Amino acid sequence: MARGRDPALGPRLALTAVALALLWPAVELAEFHPARLADPGNAAAMSRFLGSFFPMALSADFLALVVHATLETLALATAGIAVAMLLALPLAMAASESLSVSRIGPARRAWLAPLARTPVRGLLVLMRSIPEIVWALLFVRAIGLGPAAGVLAIAINYSGMLGKVYFEIFDAGDARPARAILESGGGRLAAFLYGVLPVSLHELVSYSVYRWECAIRASVVMGFVGAGGLGQQMELSMRTLAGGEVSTMLVAFFVLVSLADAISAALRRLLL
Amino acid sequence: MNGARVVWTPWPVLAAFALAVAASFAHLDTDFAALASSESLRQMGRFARGFLAPELGPEFLRRAARGALETVAISALGTLLAAAAGAVLALPASGRWGGWLRPLARLALNVLRSIPELVWAAFMVLAAGLGPFAGSLALAIHTAGVLGRLFAETLENAPPEPARALRESGSGATLAFLYGTLPLVLPQYVSYALYRWEYNIRMAAVLGFVGAGGLGQMLYVSLSVFKTQEASTVLLAMIAIVAVVDALSAWLRRFLGGSGG
Repeated sequence: MARGRDPALGPRLALTAVALALLWPAVELAEFHPARLADPGNAAAMSRFLGSFFPMALSADFLALVVHATLETLALATAGIAVAMLLALPLAMAASESLSVSRIGPARRAWLAPLARTPVRGLLVLMRSIPEIVWALLFVRAIGLGPAAGVLAIAINYSGMLGKVYFEIFDAGDARPARAILESGGGRLAAFLYGVLPVSLHELVSYSVYRWECAIRASVVMGFVGAGGLGQQMELSMRTLAGGEVSTMLVAFFVLVSLADAISAALRRLLL
Repeated sequence: MNGARVVWTPWPVLAAFALAVAASFAHLDTDFAALASSESLRQMGRFARGFLAPELGPEFLRRAARGALETVAISALGTLLAAAAGAVLALPASGRWGGWLRPLARLALNVLRSIPELVWAAFMVLAAGLGPFAGSLALAIHTAGVLGRLFAETLENAPPEPARALRESGSGATLAFLYGTLPLVLPQYVSYALYRWEYNIRMAAVLGFVGAGGLGQMLYVSLSVFKTQEASTVLLAMIAIVAVVDALSAWLRRFLGGSGG
């Protein structure tokens, strides 16, 4: 077999050169200096910190604290998602086209319909395009430290996400039942409860359960900005460089997230 | 809709859910009613009003632009490093370096992935000092876990025939991988990496909360001193870069999907 040159060598080298040229400013901007890792001061601090990971902090007092913080994380996520669902449902109903009377036939003031839907959709975009932890920081500044800020952050951010997905589910589902109810003179609420909801309930619940799992992952770090839960304790232990406490909490993180994963998977299997 | 389908009444599920929510609020033990009091609403209103007038002075806009670019750089570098590390870790995780390494590599990927970016960032700030470098490292480590797993699954699903043909005609294992397997999985790798980049730009914007550079650090500082006008500008910059990166990534994916496989 002849060992010829790679025929695609030229274009590949050119592509690599372009990519490197584009990347160079990024390397500069991100102050990418791997040598900093080997800096004796940094390396010594890090190895001392990592060395203190063992033994783990397993005193009864601390474990009780971790369990309480873990439950708080769980509660924060659950409460947040419950409020988010309550907010998302009416928003999604307002943003959805499945309950639109003007779609059925000529209606008075039909031009008003998109005018009413667009601002709601815009509100949903605004709520979900600011990350939950940013909302948490904002609420901590507005109402003070504590899990309430975390609950509100999850509620706002996730109602934006749930609302969008809910109305997409409503719009994608079979529209005929709702239309039949509307055409025979039923109200929008009846059309929603008996026409739209039964068609889309499974998807709705399944997606909400998935979001609950995401909310738990998010709540784990909420505490870094002071919004309660495990993260808050983690931040404290990191600031005091208490490695043993940090390693215990990392295990708690791992257990909580894996548990949420398993529960969410089981629930969704049950519902499908 | 088949006959074997279990018909369940929603009431037990709803009751369990209501119970869980009630228990959650009880455990949080926070006076949510006090939040709706006029005093607290007034305070929130005052805080929110600051956001209506973003700081638009040229000096601050320059700083915000730099922060935005820094954030994009952190996310791009972090994702790129993660893709490289993930591609390497995917080899043992897909069982290519012997079956006994597979569970070990999977466990390693799991650990990388299950520790959130923000926690990695707090570690990296200790290891590399304050600044965007710590941010890109944190993103790289967490994302390496995510991409490594996805890449390993892609590798396991790739058809083995082209590489086997090369091996049987006398090529080495490395070359057989590079020319027989890699071209098959590369489009999927790129699409996963781009998808992760879209996610990481959002993360890069908040890693600054623990001192890892970018817009997050600016937002944290502005809010610490209650400069809500500045914070408002930073928030707008965050929304803008997320939108730009989403569009760019969607375009790249369409472009690559159209020309490649």
